[in-house]
Amino acid sequence: MRRALRWLMAVCVVVATSTAAYAADPRAIDLRPLVQALGSGGYSGTEKALTQLSEAGDPAAVPVIEALQAGDLYVRKADGSVVVARKAGDAFTLTDPLTRAALGDAPAAAVEKIRINNSLRRAISASLGALTLMSPDAGVRRSAADAVFKSRDASALETLSAAIAKEQDKGVRAAMEQARAAILLTGEAASKMTDAEIQSATDTLTARGDRDALVLLNMVAGSGASDITKKSAAAAVSTLEQKLAFWAALQNLWYGLSLGSVLLLAAIGLAVTFGVMGVINMAHGEMVMIGAYTTFLVQEFFRAHAPGLFDLSILVALPAAFIVSGGVGIVIERSVIRWLYGRPLETLLATWGLSLALQQAVRSIFGPTNREVGAPSWMSGAFELGGLTITYGRLWIVVFAFAVFAALLVALKRTWFGLSIRAVTQNRPMANAMGIRTARVDALTFGLGSGIAGLAGVALSQIDNVSPNLGQGYILDSFMVVVFGGVGNLWGTLVGALTLGTMNKFLEPYAGAVLGKILVLIFIILFIQRRPRGLFALKGRAVEA
Amino acid sequence: MRTKQLTSSFGISALAGLAMGAMASFAMPAQAADDTIKVGILHSLSGTMAISETTLKDVMLMLIDEQNKKGGLLGKKLEPVVVDPASNWPLFAEKARELISKDKVSAVFGCWTSVSRKSVLPVFEELNNILFYPVQYEGEESSRNVFYTGAAPNQQAIPAVDYLMSKEKVQRWVLAGTDYVYPRTTNKILEAYLKGKGVKPEDIMINYTPFGHSDWQSIVADIKKFGSAGKKTAVVSTINGDANVPFYKELGNQGVKAQDIPVVAFSVGEEELAGIDTKPLLGHLAAWNYFQSVETPANTDFIKSWKAYTKNDKRVTNDPMEAHYIGFNMWVKAVEAAGTTEPDKVIDAMVGVAVPNLTGGYSAMLPNHHITKPVLIGEVQENGQFDVVSKTSGLVPGDEWSDFLPDSKDLIADWRKPMSCGNFNVKTGKCGGKGS
Repeated sequence: MRRALRWLMAVCVVVATSTAAYAADPRAIDLRPLVQALGSGGYSGTEKALTQLSEAGDPAAVPVIEALQAGDLYVRKADGSVVVARKAGDAFTLTDPLTRAALGDAPAAAVEKIRINNSLRRAISASLGALTLMSPDAGVRRSAADAVFKSRDASALETLSAAIAKEQDKGVRAAMEQARAAILLTGEAASKMTDAEIQSATDTLTARGDRDALVLLNMVAGSGASDITKKSAAAAVSTLEQKLAFWAALQNLWYGLSLGSVLLLAAIGLAVTFGVMGVINMAHGEMVMIGAYTTFLVQEFFRAHAPGLFDLSILVALPAAFIVSGGVGIVIERSVIRWLYGRPLETLLATWGLSLALQQAVRSIFGPTNREVGAPSWMSGAFELGGLTITYGRLWIVVFAFAVFAALLVALKRTWFGLSIRAVTQNRPMANAMGIRTARVDALTFGLGSGIAGLAGVALSQIDNVSPNLGQGYILDSFMVVVFGGVGNLWGTLVGALTLGTMNKFLEPYAGAVLGKILVLIFIILFIQRRPRGLFALKGRAVEA
Repeated sequence: MRTKQLTSSFGISALAGLAMGAMASFAMPAQAADDTIKVGILHSLSGTMAISETTLKDVMLMLIDEQNKKGGLLGKKLEPVVVDPASNWPLFAEKARELISKDKVSAVFGCWTSVSRKSVLPVFEELNNILFYPVQYEGEESSRNVFYTGAAPNQQAIPAVDYLMSKEKVQRWVLAGTDYVYPRTTNKILEAYLKGKGVKPEDIMINYTPFGHSDWQSIVADIKKFGSAGKKTAVVSTINGDANVPFYKELGNQGVKAQDIPVVAFSVGEEELAGIDTKPLLGHLAAWNYFQSVETPANTDFIKSWKAYTKNDKRVTNDPMEAHYIGFNMWVKAVEAAGTTEPDKVIDAMVGVAVPNLTGGYSAMLPNHHITKPVLIGEVQENGQFDVVSKTSGLVPGDEWSDFLPDSKDLIADWRKPMSCGNFNVKTGKCGGKGS
């Protein structure tokens, strides 16, 4: 309670001093030489001063440390004083770090940034953690507890115990108790603890149950702690490892599903052009690439004209990519492919040449370097589901892949256009005789396949390089999926993509990425030997057509 | 009979030697008669490597342009001859031959991947011309006709590992790389070096991925798992160009922070970061001999003229560009000293030439055709630049034959006369062959 009062008082002091610069508060004067020391002695000097600043235990130091973390703390070259500087145009606006009094402007050359490295970043989060354990905001207390858990700073123990005693929020208290257990087990205190206390500390960590807890327990088990501590930690490690192994298998399944959905997206357009129409389209990857570049252009437009709506850019990019890639596809079909129906070798060579031409065209227009496609906020970050870490980007791609698949299925099975496509591919002369304009259907089908490839490009722009080579990485995999699944069968493509994805991900941890890929390839070759028509072979007269 | 055979074969070789000498003397005046000096630029402008190499072509054109504005070389204008080997290794050799035999260039600046360098090497040795190779590579090579202006492993990989060991107290190592010769050799050297420093084999994890690998989910998860053994862990990445963007994106997504598991990369520079949102990567490291963020007057000028030359304010500079800057200036100086562009004389004049680098010192050409360079370690910043956190106090001389591999620890290269040998074995005292 007393500490809480002190904290409150200190906040008041900060507020008060910000209006009346250099108010005669003893604490503020205490901190000044330490703040001043942040600016000298290089990284180690800054770190030393930071430690002292955090040991002083005064929350007034928090804004200073936060400024240091954000890279806003500078040394004014004229008098060597440490100031907060924020960029305003070409110059910097200076304020006093403690009193926040305005100190006027300074040109960039007059100040020098206090630079931080990884070790300082660690120290900063540790001291911010120790200093904000008593914050009125539960979220801040939570991250403070996590920071202390990571830093295991023994000097925070006293504050931590006080914070635990008055903590109301269950989740935050659990985090604080874990932080305390971490300090107790790894610090010098461990030797003085009773067996029961050690057991309860390891139990707390085991209950946390994640990789961070495992790191810590491993550290304890391998350290110079007493035998009893080591033993109890080792027992906890094996419990935890078993639990994590279970989750790791599930996680692998998710990775497989996620890779499978990427393969599905890349292959599903090919399933239309190659599977349904029988065109070996080596430029399929480039349709994907064009979709990705369309996303880039749409995002550029949003960045320039409506930065506030950036999160919606992907939604706009979807139809745009479909139309652009589909349009390019129709042009290709009308200009090149329609002259080559029934001549697979010529089609292969012509489309391969086309793919090189498209790559070089994009390289000439956009340059050879990668283009940055940003992730909207609803596609970045990750969430925990039990012991699984699922990233939002991948989750949306899985959802999107299935949505595209379902939409394509409906389009082919339930619409007039889909009926025409199937009619033309199954029996062209008969369809022609029934009044279907087969040439037009051919063009539209190829456009549909290319447009879907464009949609895949939008999704892939989120996880891969947007460069002229984007498509090359997927063309082989796409053919593999379509052939494996069974040419001409959409369900086969779905099952094929998911099988190959999962297989890849389960092989990778044991065989490595290179060998894993080779093994999958060998498997497909053997499989095709046994079942030349793939997983789901088409049956009936349509096969011969 | 025996003697006769010997003399006759001697006669033939002498004749051949004479013929070659005559050919050389015929070829020379033809070259000298031109009123320009031709400089070959052998960088891929299409295909997978275009992403990295196009920039180097541009920087060479800029350097040649600037030299011409200063009055050219030996009173003649320099004329760049640009060819496109299209990321196709055999084509590199063909184009190199074309540059030397048809265009009669005086020197060639080019190549990026080791395999492209290995492909052109016999051409340069056969036709006796000069190649400046600007990229960090795995070492284990020294040719009389090649000048290696990029870093050897001891000028990049080893100092980076030393930094992690001393400053970050790393005890457990993941060596992750793309599956080809540079990462494999570098990792072999690093593994030997780490084991020599007392790192246990179970504390080293080696992982290779194919070119352009894009699905890093399980590998990043593996790294996290390897990093949870209670010892400070770091990743040493020799992952090549294109695969880096998805790798770093996955690191960011899975929350692998530099404070917990730092990644130090040898192939990631300002150009590669240009395609990524670098906020989640804050603090991850790269080891190079140059960073754009280095504040020296020479570098400020270089960046300014680069942006003006490309008419693009957003273009970044990187380490191989600096290597070309150093290499080109060295060549200019050597040609001026030799008074001719004839390769043999220039090669002899090159050793010992020192020119300013962009990080505030002088780089010198060593007898083994590698150069001295400072080694910088930088941390990724939010703006896609690197902040230098460590710099070697002096210059590090490039070591072509690694001291940490049993095959090459006894070898040295010295192209000064009378030794003139690229793989001299100090144990046996003979030139040629691998070490014991």
